[in-house]
Amino acid sequence: MSGESVFPALEPLLEQVSKPIQYVGGELNSTVKPWDVGGDATVRWALMYPDAYEVGVPNQGVMILYEVLNERPDALAERTYAVWPDLEALMREHGVPQFTVDAHRAVGDFDLLGMSFSTELGYTNMLTALDLAGIPLHAADRDESHPLVVAGGHAAFNPETIADFVDCAVVGDGEEAVLAITDLVGAWKREGRPGGRHELLLRLARTGGVYVPAFFDVTYLPDGRIQRVAPNAPGVPWRVSKHTVMDLDAWPYPKQPLVPLAESVHERMSVEIFRGCTRGCRFCQAGMITRPVRERSITGIGEMVERGLAATGFEEVGLLSLSSADHSEIAEVTKGLADRYEGTNTGLSLPSTRVDAFNIDLANELTRNGRRSGLTFAPEGGSERIRKVINKMVSEEDLIRTVAAAYGAGWRQVKLYFMCGLPTETDEDVLQIADLAKRVIETGREVSGRRDIRCTVSIGGFVPKPHTPFQWAAQLGAEETDARLAKLREAIRADRRYASAIGFRYHDGKPGIVEGLLSRGDRRVGRVIEAVWRDGGRFDGWSEHFSYERWMAAAEHELTPQGVDVAWYTTREREEAEVLPWDHIDSGLDKEWLWQDWLDALDETEVDDCRWTPCFDCGVCPQMGTEIEIGPTGKTLLPLTVLGAGRAQMVEAAAGHTH
Amino acid sequence: MARQRTPEGPPPPPAVQKLRIRYAKRGRLRFSSTRDFARALERALRRAGVPMAFSAGFHPHPQISYANAAPTGTASEAEYFELRLTERVDPAAVREALDEALPEGLDVVDVVEAGPGALADRLEASDWHLVVRGADPDDVRAAVAAYLATERAETTRTFKNGPRTFDTREAVLTMRVVGVDEAGCAILRMVVRHTTPSVRPDDILTALRAVTGFAAPVPPLVTRLAQGPLLEADDGVADPLATDREAVGPGR
Repeated sequence: MSGESVFPALEPLLEQVSKPIQYVGGELNSTVKPWDVGGDATVRWALMYPDAYEVGVPNQGVMILYEVLNERPDALAERTYAVWPDLEALMREHGVPQFTVDAHRAVGDFDLLGMSFSTELGYTNMLTALDLAGIPLHAADRDESHPLVVAGGHAAFNPETIADFVDCAVVGDGEEAVLAITDLVGAWKREGRPGGRHELLLRLARTGGVYVPAFFDVTYLPDGRIQRVAPNAPGVPWRVSKHTVMDLDAWPYPKQPLVPLAESVHERMSVEIFRGCTRGCRFCQAGMITRPVRERSITGIGEMVERGLAATGFEEVGLLSLSSADHSEIAEVTKGLADRYEGTNTGLSLPSTRVDAFNIDLANELTRNGRRSGLTFAPEGGSERIRKVINKMVSEEDLIRTVAAAYGAGWRQVKLYFMCGLPTETDEDVLQIADLAKRVIETGREVSGRRDIRCTVSIGGFVPKPHTPFQWAAQLGAEETDARLAKLREAIRADRRYASAIGFRYHDGKPGIVEGLLSRGDRRVGRVIEAVWRDGGRFDGWSEHFSYERWMAAAEHELTPQGVDVAWYTTREREEAEVLPWDHIDSGLDKEWLWQDWLDALDETEVDDCRWTPCFDCGVCPQMGTEIEIGPTGKTLLPLTVLGAGRAQMVEAAAGHTH
Repeated sequence: MARQRTPEGPPPPPAVQKLRIRYAKRGRLRFSSTRDFARALERALRRAGVPMAFSAGFHPHPQISYANAAPTGTASEAEYFELRLTERVDPAAVREALDEALPEGLDVVDVVEAGPGALADRLEASDWHLVVRGADPDDVRAAVAAYLATERAETTRTFKNGPRTFDTREAVLTMRVVGVDEAGCAILRMVVRHTTPSVRPDDILTALRAVTGFAAPVPPLVTRLAQGPLLEADDGVADPLATDREAVGPGR
């Protein structure tokens, strides 16, 4: 029967796999609703984060949608994650389908399967889940009995590489979008499913906010470039718009964050303090596609922290955003929260802090009585010149001043993040990272008077992404990336006065090439993904599972007959006139503005943050009918008694006992 | 010149009371590990507002000590930990509040104020309950008889330092098939003395297979029913918290 638990069949298998706790659900604040909670027209969502549970469970996007959907009386939502190969093999052997962790229902029983793609490296895991769920891999082979497969998340801003496998894609903020889709699916079910799957997809596509690949035809030029992408069904608009939630205070989700039993990659509660970023770093897809900036108010943040801690008992709160120190009232927020939670052993963290926005007062506030172990900054580019190219406006002097202050205030370790393979980059740009790191150590030793200070340089290959000014750029090849990183390592090691104080962590160039292929690929790349998966490709974001050779072999086999190759997708620079595979997905950014910004990059011309300077006409605000929403509100956080709910009843004196 | 930082402000308030807590690991949460439980517990204590005592320093930890936890995948009715508090509390109120704050399947069974003596010393043996699925109960009975007739029954398990072979037989004080459940599965009970290395039910099953050739087709459902001081005449184990109740008095 539909909606029945598969747990009895699953349970014996869990005895034989690693970390079985990840498959059993039952997390604090998880929700299980009756299958027919809203009657016959109940809209049932399975939400998948296509990576291991430990990575997927803290994902804010899934957590928000899970809660927003479960608050509706006529809908239910459950979560599912990628199963590790040990359980996958047992599930195949014993015929156990892909299941949700909440009520262990078969994913194939749901109306919709929502897939949240933070990265393209989850695509093979999607195919495993579809296959285990008994859902045909190709959207074209599905019928009324199968869920609609909906892609979302940042990677969905170029849904073309997975166009064969998904029924539709939604770009932008999900909160309002999933509710609109739920309305539409509910209405169609109540009407008796007129026109079947086709009619439902047509209704979704006609809203202009849901991309249905099947309703678009792609034609190619003889040289392999795209000629045209055009709708093939009546009433389907030429371009699909992204969704933007304007008032974050009206969407204080998650209200009841999940508290997993298993260890996860983020052992803390997160509160999103603003969405979007207008710093304009040219490499940053997240910053480009989430415009404009929308702040949550200081009081809204205070309420979410208070309510979330009461609901979870977490010992740390992360103030989440793309550049948290940029909130217009960040000083008041951090001081207010540090005051409120003083003496409760509750930690505060700002996961993303820009060098120039960092100030020592803020950092002191965050670590008032905690450890000062490490600080992380991301200059991204090693030389002043390359930082102008990428529009990361941080001077070497800024950085040195900041780290000097940090070492002076008791921090012992500074981590610096960089990228290798940025447009126009030469060996010289990257080698300057070594000089910078040496200056950091020298300054640190000077101001702290100690020898035990450290600096870690962490560096990975740059992957050009759609909807950014670098979408036209040539990616640096894997071998060239590795060669450049080897030179940098040599330069860091060469100077014995500093070598032992500087750590060097790097990611080799190979995974970046696969990510590049999947990021800027088109529909022809779908066959490569499928071939890799059929050959056993899984968990491509994990170095112990990732196989570059497998990807290259599959690409060779599948792309050659189509007249293209991996280099054509990755290391080839595009011209202005080329139709890009994602041009019909409207992120709000004006393509002409992006091109101008690309030319400015090549010119080493910087562009300011439009929060504080006049508009540069990137196109988002007028086109989307949005505007920047920032404070300051001038409000403060009032002191609060932050005792746990039961404390008063528990303590003997209050309960009427005497000593 | 910067000096080594020390935490500002006064040292953490001292512990004034120690509680001993028995909890159960039931249903699907039998798959939780000791570390999983520890994380869930610390969060539940915060949610419930239990006045935990913390260690000093830049990274204070709640003062909790765990005793002899059951392996991952094993259900238990009798797991124990000790907790130090900065304010005196009513143990019954803590039992209720903490049980409410923990996920369903991690259930607080009993809370007492600690009396003198170490809890770990009282945990001498465990009473195990195994549902042997997918096997003929007569085969199980025969295997048990064969096992009990041997003097040594070795098993090999991988520890941090590598594989190690040890005897299981001596630790097994009693072992018998006590009945058959509604699905026709044999119910095996055994009292096993706590030794070093500890002999776990899966070690005994591995040794059983080596000695008798019997292997259950599906891993048995294992539950620890009790652990505590050994009773005379192979009569199982006693409640390890009884001493505390007598020393401190009931109803506190």
